[in-house]
Amino acid sequence: MTSPAALATPVAPATDSATHSATKRFALGIFDDEDVLLHAIDNIRGAGVKIYDVFSPYPVHGIDDALGIERSRLPIAAFFYGMCGLAFALWLQIYTLGFDWPMIIGGKPHIALPAFIPVSFELTVFFTCHGMVITFYTISKLYPRIKTPVLDVRSTDDKFVMAIELDEHSSQLPKLTQLLRENGASEVNQKEMTKF
Amino acid sequence: MQYVSPVREPLVTSGKTYHDVTQDICYQVEAAPNIRWMGALGVALIGLAIFFYSVYRTLWYGIGEWGLNKTIGWAWDITNFVWWVGIGHAGTLISAVLLLFRQKWRSSINRAAEAMTIFAVICAAMFPVLHMGRPWLAFYVFPLQNTLGSLWANFNSPLLWDVFAISTYFTVSLVFWYTGLVPDFATIRDRAKGKIAKVSYSLLSMGWTGSAKHWSRYETVSLILAGVSTPLVLSVHTIVSMDFATSVVPGWHTTIFPPYFVAGAIFSGFAMVLTLMLITRVVFRLEDYITLEHIALMNKIMMVTGSIVGVAYITEFFIAWYSQVEYEQYCFINRATGPYWWAYASMMTCNVISPQMVWFRRIRYSILMTFILSIIVNIGMWFERFVIIVSSLHRDYLPSSWAMFSPTIIDVGVYVGTIGLFFTLFLLFAKFFPVINMAEVKTILKYTVNDGPTYGGSNNGSRTPAGNHAAPATYSTPGIPASAPVNYDKQND
Repeated sequence: MTSPAALATPVAPATDSATHSATKRFALGIFDDEDVLLHAIDNIRGAGVKIYDVFSPYPVHGIDDALGIERSRLPIAAFFYGMCGLAFALWLQIYTLGFDWPMIIGGKPHIALPAFIPVSFELTVFFTCHGMVITFYTISKLYPRIKTPVLDVRSTDDKFVMAIELDEHSSQLPKLTQLLRENGASEVNQKEMTKF
Repeated sequence: MQYVSPVREPLVTSGKTYHDVTQDICYQVEAAPNIRWMGALGVALIGLAIFFYSVYRTLWYGIGEWGLNKTIGWAWDITNFVWWVGIGHAGTLISAVLLLFRQKWRSSINRAAEAMTIFAVICAAMFPVLHMGRPWLAFYVFPLQNTLGSLWANFNSPLLWDVFAISTYFTVSLVFWYTGLVPDFATIRDRAKGKIAKVSYSLLSMGWTGSAKHWSRYETVSLILAGVSTPLVLSVHTIVSMDFATSVVPGWHTTIFPPYFVAGAIFSGFAMVLTLMLITRVVFRLEDYITLEHIALMNKIMMVTGSIVGVAYITEFFIAWYSQVEYEQYCFINRATGPYWWAYASMMTCNVISPQMVWFRRIRYSILMTFILSIIVNIGMWFERFVIIVSSLHRDYLPSSWAMFSPTIIDVGVYVGTIGLFFTLFLLFAKFFPVINMAEVKTILKYTVNDGPTYGGSNNGSRTPAGNHAAPATYSTPGIPASAPVNYDKQND
């Protein structure tokens, strides 16, 4: 396992104002169990602390509600893409066989809608799937890259990592450490990350 | 969160922890290839060489290299095409249909099954493309204007529907599979030591960090992909069956074809999944993840779909008699007693009788018997397509045109070659990609390792805004039985 430090910049005094700085500081609460984590999220948010993000090795059910993450609107987008696919498929078939070059095939009418069902269905699925997946990768800013800013590499293995953003001087750290520990964090670390 | 009945067998045995899952699955990716894998790859590469040679002969000398004749213009090529597409269907069934039905046991087999789907569709696509004779003109199948005029593709043709169905199926399966792989690539990336491995898996993992927001969207995407893949997989084999059903050839022109083909596809697909899984679990020592319970469950699906196929065979026969159409009647009598009786007999034995063995618990849980049965079923399903295609074509309306079909060595070569191609791809996948979906297995781990829900918390995952998660009684980790009592009274999904 490579050192997480290799991916982060060394601790240095912030030069820019906090809002414009590319460097962010985090308190990382490491949890071993999803139920402890969910409980901790409730308590920590209840104490008025803003949680930056939680990194987990698998999707934890109920974490969206606990963190107040809004329901994704991807299904709406998917429906929209599907309708685009259906419209495109119908246009393609009706235009080409009905208007651009009409031919009588098997004694059927030029615009033989029942025969157009399979292709219309397939293109609807095609557009739904690819449109939604492209949207998913785009809005999540997921694209092939050489280096990935990971706050703690164990978060893709067996740990649940709660990241809380700190100010320039990390003044809240002692208090946060206590809060995280009280809520079942097995360890609390501090981490700086550029370009996150 | 989830209620698991105490009578359920655990889905993952040996009390694995999250870290154990990562270790066990990443091991084969990180370790040097073992001798068994290299041996298997060697054999697969011989198959691949046969494929390339046969394809070279087919393309250089033309379709005359195959055993087709004027009467039987479709034989092994389309038999193999339908066989491969059918095999692919089990992967989508496991990844999509079983997801919608919340069958948690799919978690440890879905990755490999989806890979099987993709590779099977690649093998399937070889046959129509090669049968074109001039595959460099394959773009003619797309609705592009003819270079000499403005003639378009014929959207009334089932063969064109096939083009759309197979290409949609292939790309959707690929995207579904890849999106599922991204979190696991991230796990491998974060463990990678070598520079090449680090960079490759970084590129593959698309910068995945496991952020809660990403997981939330990921789950949404998986659910919708499963939702659209379910009708898609049914439509694909329906359309494949329409290649036959919309024609006027006796034995093909039947309305039963779409459901019958779909059941047959899932039947043969599960047989292939079993074949692959039984090998994979031994070669990569994954017995704790692919348990006897998994094998028994897959056997049951194979039995159900096999029985549907059996009923379809009998229904076809009955309808041929009941319809009073003499061509149809002759076709079916000829299938069973004509010159191709042996193909029909193989089909009936392998597909109707052999899956009924699974009624016996001993056989359902026997690795050896399951393996033998899965091979028999795959052979039987190949014969089914051969029977449908060749025995219907070889004696149709015009007795003066009746003929027999015999394959050439090149026919055999292309078929054996695609098996080589399939196993080459599968072995490369099994070495460089995680064969089991680690992230998904981790989600079920806590509820399955110790014969039921042993988590210490009383958190029931109620989907309400923050604030009401009850304090866990004890902090437990998977693999360590918690002392706290199990909360059975609140059952959530």
